[in-house]
Amino acid sequence: MTQYKKREKIQRVFHYSLLVILTIFIIIPFLLGFWTSLLPTADISKGALWSSHISLDNYVTAITQTPIIRYLFNSLLISLLTMFAQIIFCSMSAYSFVFLKFKGRDMLFYVFLATMMLPFEAEVIPNFTTVRDLGLLNHYAVMIIPFLTSAFGTFMLRQAFLQIPAELKEAGDIEGLSHWQYYYKVVMPYSRISVYTLAAYSFLSSWNQYLWPMLTTFSDNFRPVQDGLRQLQSQETFNNWGMIQASAAIIIIPTLIALFFGQHYFKSGLNEGAIK
Amino acid sequence: MSIELINISKTYNGSDFILSDISVKIETGEFFAIVGPSGCGKSTLLRMIAGLIPISNGQLKIDGKDVTNLPPQERALTMVFQNYALFPFLNVKDNVAFGLKARKMANSEINTRVNHALELVNLTDFIDRKPGELSGGQRQRVALARAIASDAKICLMDEPLSNLDAQLRNKMRSEIRELQQKLGLTLIYVTHDQVEAMTMADRIMVLNDAQTQQIDSASNIYDTPSNTFVASFFGTPQMNLIPITLKENNQLSAIEISLKFSIIKSLKAGNYLIGVRPNALSIDLESNETNAVVTNIEYLGTHSIVHAQLDNSQEIRIETSSKRNLSVDERISVSVTGSHYVFSEDGQKLLNTNGGYTDGNSSKEPQLQYSI
Amino acid sequence: METQAKNPNFNIVSKKKKSVDLSLGYNPYAKDKRYAVLFLGPSLLILAIFVFYPMLRTIYLSLFLTNNLGKPTVFIGLKNYFSLLSSSSYINSLIATLIYVIAVSIFTIAIGLILAQTATKKIAGINFFRTVFSATMGVSVSVAAIFWLFIFNPSVGLLSQLFTALNLTPINWLTEPGWAMTAVVISTVWMNLGFTFLIFFGALQSVPYTLYEAAQIEGVSKSYQFFHITLPMISPTIFFVSIITLIESFKSFGLIDLMTAGGPNNATNLLVYRIYQDAFLNGNYGLASTESVILAIIIAIFTFIQFKVLEKRVTY
Repeated sequence: MTQYKKREKIQRVFHYSLLVILTIFIIIPFLLGFWTSLLPTADISKGALWSSHISLDNYVTAITQTPIIRYLFNSLLISLLTMFAQIIFCSMSAYSFVFLKFKGRDMLFYVFLATMMLPFEAEVIPNFTTVRDLGLLNHYAVMIIPFLTSAFGTFMLRQAFLQIPAELKEAGDIEGLSHWQYYYKVVMPYSRISVYTLAAYSFLSSWNQYLWPMLTTFSDNFRPVQDGLRQLQSQETFNNWGMIQASAAIIIIPTLIALFFGQHYFKSGLNEGAIK
Repeated sequence: MSIELINISKTYNGSDFILSDISVKIETGEFFAIVGPSGCGKSTLLRMIAGLIPISNGQLKIDGKDVTNLPPQERALTMVFQNYALFPFLNVKDNVAFGLKARKMANSEINTRVNHALELVNLTDFIDRKPGELSGGQRQRVALARAIASDAKICLMDEPLSNLDAQLRNKMRSEIRELQQKLGLTLIYVTHDQVEAMTMADRIMVLNDAQTQQIDSASNIYDTPSNTFVASFFGTPQMNLIPITLKENNQLSAIEISLKFSIIKSLKAGNYLIGVRPNALSIDLESNETNAVVTNIEYLGTHSIVHAQLDNSQEIRIETSSKRNLSVDERISVSVTGSHYVFSEDGQKLLNTNGGYTDGNSSKEPQLQYSI
Repeated sequence: METQAKNPNFNIVSKKKKSVDLSLGYNPYAKDKRYAVLFLGPSLLILAIFVFYPMLRTIYLSLFLTNNLGKPTVFIGLKNYFSLLSSSSYINSLIATLIYVIAVSIFTIAIGLILAQTATKKIAGINFFRTVFSATMGVSVSVAAIFWLFIFNPSVGLLSQLFTALNLTPINWLTEPGWAMTAVVISTVWMNLGFTFLIFFGALQSVPYTLYEAAQIEGVSKSYQFFHITLPMISPTIFFVSIITLIESFKSFGLIDLMTAGGPNNATNLLVYRIYQDAFLNGNYGLASTESVILAIIIAIFTFIQFKVLEKRVTY
């Protein structure tokens, strides 16, 4: 074997070792979580990571004795509704900023940009008062209405719409397409990758909401998973590890599967939309 | 510095070959073009010569030394890329100096080389500009300067002009050719543009379907194309390829109408392809014995391309400088007045070249006459 | 060069000169105003109610004493601000937040870059590694908290067992101030990596490979290529990710709530957690509003920098 090829081989071995080390760091919390979800809590409490009783009992307990499935359903419903609302409202406002000409358009766009600078976390106090006064507390609506639109989503789609060749709009004008028609026949299909990215983004951010639902929901009927887990944890006071891990696994498996299949869009979309 | 390719092949899975059995010896100071349609493996071949892609089979020698397993920097060559491969965050000077700096060369030496290279490509005034502030042609010159500054005697170019507009391309063609001669470079030039290859190169390698089709000078390739691929790849408008069937005793199957041509050697019965370049056909306006009908005319100033349908419904293209205006649907008399070629039925082999005429009274009257 | 060409409209708002169009005849934009109301109206309404009004209201509240329903009672001017900035407990929170934010950003970016760089090489099985590296993108705060709480658990946790096995004294991760911060930082970084990896991976893929070929032919070493080609080429992305990570870390709440509840001894009492405590646990809405304003100012500054740099990024 030649010098050159030997060097390549050594590099390759080194590369794989690095990949494996990084993989271990990333994957250990997952594996440990999934693994302990199969062990009886009694064994986990003794500090054992091995047991002769490997079973799905923890999952059965989680599903039958806790509202975890209800939490999942709540989250799914809230996230899906938020996602569709954001796709519609963000794309319509982005459309106005790109294809409509009206007085004060640029000023309004700056207003939108300004809202991106204002963190929701800094506004929870008046928002809490608002939803309380509107009588929305402890209901799905309270977790959806404030997030029907997003400045970030509008900005992202605007950047995507700007990339649509001007000739398409001209062709549309000559065909006599109205703005509605141009919007849903041309603009949305043309920018679908960015739209998918926004969909994924808004779904995930809604799914990951924590502070707001914690402040505004008090019953298991409306509580989303993130706060549901918090609830389980505090009730169980960390004792029933096996069941807690099983609940975590139940929550995470759907997102991991979605991520696995949506990866392609994430990769291209995040870069298209977010960075440029 | 000569370069020798010996039975070089490339495969990624061991069975499908992207390139197979490529052999050629490129002489010192030669301008060697590799030409072929996109996807024929020409860029892969260039990258194997550069050492950017490993060679699956075969041997590569530079100046007689086996470099097959050497990394690129030990092959003492330089390369110019289609998209220029300039670093957008560096100015012209630093772009040209990039490799020299990475090699930790002395600053004074770097300066001398960079300035010299930039002078050669007339870019001295743009030293502090970023690539983004340059035109396409200027960017290409920076890429050339970088190749020059590296001082290697072998230069590989991968479609360096294909991102430029037509006018600039013409200008850069002659500039590259001049630089190559001035610096005595051995240059391997990859292009999909047959005109570029023909006008610049000493020799041309035609690649298609992973294989060498022909290696020769431009005029030889044009005059004696080794198969129908080469024949139709070179020359605009494309050569006419007309299928014929030859029966026993040299009788043709379709006899009713005549496009007369001649063949010196006698051929066995079977199917063949006759190749005639459009400029080897002419239209006889006087003759009443018409054999074709005009379907379209492309007027090009000095000449026109006439598209016609022979009476046996074969489509042909004729290049004519005739001043008389033809019109669509007009009946014309087409005859062969230049060289034509006989290819095997599959187009893989040139069987016969003929310079004979069929005007009926030439002293070069061929042995046999055929008509279709 | 390439990126610029793909992206002609980079400016946040186009800088076209306004000109008065005096032409007569058919005006194609005549109906646009009506459409604008229709298209933009709903979004504007939502933003007005849930973003603009609350911002003004927060500023307003920060100037008052409030009752336990959050209604302003006595106007006290900037007194809340002065008392906060002179409170050692709040300054500690600010410092803790800064430490947290900086540590999280540095580690997220460094590790994210290493992940992306190692995942670009096309070798057998690389898709498996890419999937693993992006996996934490699907992890939500509460799940991340549970995973790591288990690892850091003093009696049954993996780390304690590992330390015991190595004959070291196990660390009380979540009950010792310095270690609690470390634990929270590690968990946050881990959670950030999926997203960061995907962004960096995409950026690395968009660097034209001929740049590396050109360098290889010149005999440029791999590490020189990384520092002199890769880093400068993806520097805009690195900047983008830093800002996003900074802003997101300033807003951290869930992990803190689940893992340490601000403790021990306020060591991880970050800004948002403090707002929550003061407003919703202590009922001091005026003070919490003041803290919100300060947080908003910090985040606005970073977002503003991001916009400015994004706009300027058309340098090549």
